[in-house]
Amino acid sequence: MKDAPGATTRDYDWWLLAILAAICTLGVIEIYSATHGSTLAGMHLKQLRWLGIGIVVMFIVSRIDYHLILGQAPILYLIGIAALIAVLLVGHTRFGAKRWIPVLGEFLQVSELVKLIIIIALARFFAEVGSEELSLRDLIKAGLLVGLPLVLILKQPDLGTALVLVPLLVVGAFLAGLQWQHAAVFSLAGILLVGAVFYPPVSRHILKPYQRERITSFLHPEEDAKGAGYQLLQSKIAVGSGGFWGKGFGNGTQNQLGYIPVRYSDFIMSAWAEEQGFKGVLFALGLYMALLLRLVQNAQRAKDRAGMFLVMGVAAALGFHVLVNVAMVIGAMPVTGIPLPLMSYGGSATLFVFLAIGLVMNVRLRRFVN
Amino acid sequence: MASYVIVGMVGVLLLGFWKLQVIDSDKYAQWAERNRVRSIPIIAPRGRMLDRDGRVLVDNRPSFSVLLLRDDPALVEKNLPAISEGLNIPMADLREQLSNTRALPKFQPIVVKPEATQADIDYIESHRADIPVLEMLSVSRRRYPPGGFMSHTSGYVGEVSEQQIEASNGKLRPGDFGGKTGLERQYNDMLMGTDGMRRVIVNSVGREVDRLPSQEAIPGKEIRLTIDYDLQQVAEQSLGAREGAVVALDPRTGEVLAMVSHPAPDPNDFAVRVSKEEWKRLNDDEQKPLLDRTIQAQLAPGSVFKIVMATAMYETKVVPENMTVFCPGYGTFYGRQFKCWVFGKSSHGTVDVHRAVNQSCDIFFYTLGMRMGIDIISKYASGLGLGHRTGIDLPSEEPGLVPSEEWVQRVFHRRWYPGETISVAVGQGAVTTTPLQLARLIGGIASGGVFMQPHLWKDAQNITEEKFPLKDSTTEKITDDMYGVVNGGGTGAGLKLQGIEFSGKSGTAQVIGYAARDRVAKQKRFLDNAWFVGYAPKRDPEIVVSVLVQESGKHGGEAAGPVVRDIIKTYYDKKAKKTSGQYTVEYKRYDLGDGSAPPAAIQPQPVLKPEGPSTAAPARAAAAQH
Repeated sequence: MKDAPGATTRDYDWWLLAILAAICTLGVIEIYSATHGSTLAGMHLKQLRWLGIGIVVMFIVSRIDYHLILGQAPILYLIGIAALIAVLLVGHTRFGAKRWIPVLGEFLQVSELVKLIIIIALARFFAEVGSEELSLRDLIKAGLLVGLPLVLILKQPDLGTALVLVPLLVVGAFLAGLQWQHAAVFSLAGILLVGAVFYPPVSRHILKPYQRERITSFLHPEEDAKGAGYQLLQSKIAVGSGGFWGKGFGNGTQNQLGYIPVRYSDFIMSAWAEEQGFKGVLFALGLYMALLLRLVQNAQRAKDRAGMFLVMGVAAALGFHVLVNVAMVIGAMPVTGIPLPLMSYGGSATLFVFLAIGLVMNVRLRRFVN
Repeated sequence: MASYVIVGMVGVLLLGFWKLQVIDSDKYAQWAERNRVRSIPIIAPRGRMLDRDGRVLVDNRPSFSVLLLRDDPALVEKNLPAISEGLNIPMADLREQLSNTRALPKFQPIVVKPEATQADIDYIESHRADIPVLEMLSVSRRRYPPGGFMSHTSGYVGEVSEQQIEASNGKLRPGDFGGKTGLERQYNDMLMGTDGMRRVIVNSVGREVDRLPSQEAIPGKEIRLTIDYDLQQVAEQSLGAREGAVVALDPRTGEVLAMVSHPAPDPNDFAVRVSKEEWKRLNDDEQKPLLDRTIQAQLAPGSVFKIVMATAMYETKVVPENMTVFCPGYGTFYGRQFKCWVFGKSSHGTVDVHRAVNQSCDIFFYTLGMRMGIDIISKYASGLGLGHRTGIDLPSEEPGLVPSEEWVQRVFHRRWYPGETISVAVGQGAVTTTPLQLARLIGGIASGGVFMQPHLWKDAQNITEEKFPLKDSTTEKITDDMYGVVNGGGTGAGLKLQGIEFSGKSGTAQVIGYAARDRVAKQKRFLDNAWFVGYAPKRDPEIVVSVLVQESGKHGGEAAGPVVRDIIKTYYDKKAKKTSGQYTVEYKRYDLGDGSAPPAAIQPQPVLKPEGPSTAAPARAAAAQH
């Protein structure tokens, strides 16, 4: 293990850790509130255990020089692809999708780990692009780099996680000097793709039935209040009925009576918003904003391009998660199955965030090293 | 740059929360409330009906209805096949019920099955999670006495019609039960309570997790009737399986003591939901079981009408009281031959009014009618209560008809033919009456022309007293005549009761005219209707009983007389026991049974044994006079 010379515990970003701790606390509180009266009671303790593991993992990762990690990027990438293929072949099926492989008695979502590998691989790729401007050739290369795992994750199927890879590419390419012509072309392509997804005659050919259902129920939630639109509508009811002040801890009827779908995980913000109201939302989103701003600041202070790309990759991934998840909770986006980082219950997702933060710390610890 | 993107992103998300949590918060708070609170009506039990001594005639039994919660049409739609199969309701029925109730607010559940079986209850309980749109509703159902006992009078309840719902100002909803006929309908507002609402908190799979304060149901009011269970039972049994009607009144008050119409459907069959086929069968039945003969059968009164004639004669003196007529068994009036009822068997010889009433001589009354004229006849018939409703507290009473010159002019646009008067004089022709009208008529005449409004509700206020004052001499003479019918060797001679001034008048009304009957020979459909209206005591009676036995083929005194006699005897037996302190109200709880044995109420044999050998055996034989 090659440590950062002269780096002490003081060099860790304690502000960032404090924000993380605050967000995790909100998460644990709400997981407790959402599950204590049900058969899922005790889930907050399991989440605490994941957090503990996460913190340890974070410190370990922060001590391994990220240059060393970047050096192994091709191997990590290959391992990631192999793992994704393995999941498709022998993976464990839960909730109708093959996403899990058993590790140490727990089921891990491979795609969460793959997200991290893509961040590393892209960081290395873009760091090695010497010029100020990103050539089309390099852009396509980067696209292929992301495209392969994206397709494999879509196969599972896991649209949400697959989508997270897109902003990684976009943010990376942008920072690497994306030319405006290319940006225009790809924006257009993106718009066309989104349009196709929302246009039934086309979406019939490219989306799975459950995905199309989610799109439809997103567009017309009231039409199908107990089918797929049920989740969105119930989430909106929960959020809206919370009002400005909220119903109070443990008093959210939508939450306590189980009207909010997976209220301890993907829809935990819905439960939080119902019980803590707009003031609680303001506080939580304020923390997330502080977290993201802090990450951007760390990126700016990185010693080299590779470090900057790594941290911005993490920021892009977390920012995308927050945006898509919270937008879903207020009914502004379809249900994609993307958890809210650090608040939603979930082992793999929590581990991913701590691993990613570990990379950020890693970069920070070495900002003064030459 | 990246920082602005982050701040902008969070700002947009916050705007989204602001819209939901501050701007639209009230709407979503309501939705959340509707989500968790389920309102289930508590049906108020209907008031019971008691007899005059407080014995239960109509009460309730507990039952369950199946409710369909319609808040979520998509969910209802999804579960319809399972509901149809699980509860054994045809899909088409379910759809029809849903479309019938489309206009109602969605949060109001509808009753899809009014009488849940144990299997239905089990099914709903075990499918709470996967079919969350079903709910059980505890209701109380009407329990009527079995076998159609008093069923026309009590009426029955049924699901309210659309017209009733519209007329109720929102008080009634589809699936509610309301009185359809009889007293159930007449006093529906009183009998029906106010439904309450049970509010419970349910979780997302429809399981009840908590209760909110409920709005209790206010039970309907109990009503006490003037009906005397003992007399009613005798009336039911004595009339037996024959088509006909019985009305027993207390002429002093107008209280109805017994009221029977046979055949009588068993309203317990309608207490839930009557099938279309059953309903059609009842409507098409030649015996017209749905017709309440006591107030709806408008039939020729036959010779009972002679009491109106004789009263008019005594009162007006247009025709001298000492008029006598020779009856050879027939007579010619206005160029047409009219027969007396004894035609071909014997003749009455010379008869005066007293003998004419006793023997019911038609020739005397033809002559009287011819001499008195239709104007006086129709004036007295109307004045004594015929041709208009008695005002009894029952719906759908028919008025009957008293013909007059004015009436033929108005209805047929022609003059009155004098020959028509001849038929009317003996209660034939166009004159029609109901059994209730005849009871009121005879009771009122024997009371000196005081007619109390018949009523069934014991606590009814504002009972009207109609007066058509008769001279005391008239009352004395006419009651003498009617006393003679039973006790003076008249047409009711076999009916005599020891120690009771049992009086009355028989009637045997033709369903069609003599001439027409001769043409079609004696067929069952054209047998005579038998009437007997009896009362006691002779003046200012305590009880008057009017009995109609339809198409019995027997004479009034023979077919209807014994029924009257049974009831009057029971009345006096009970009165004697009461005065000697022996009588205590015995709570006769009817037993619904399993429906296999025919209920006692329609067994044709009379309950009362004839009093003694002197009247028993010859009763039928002697009464084989008019």
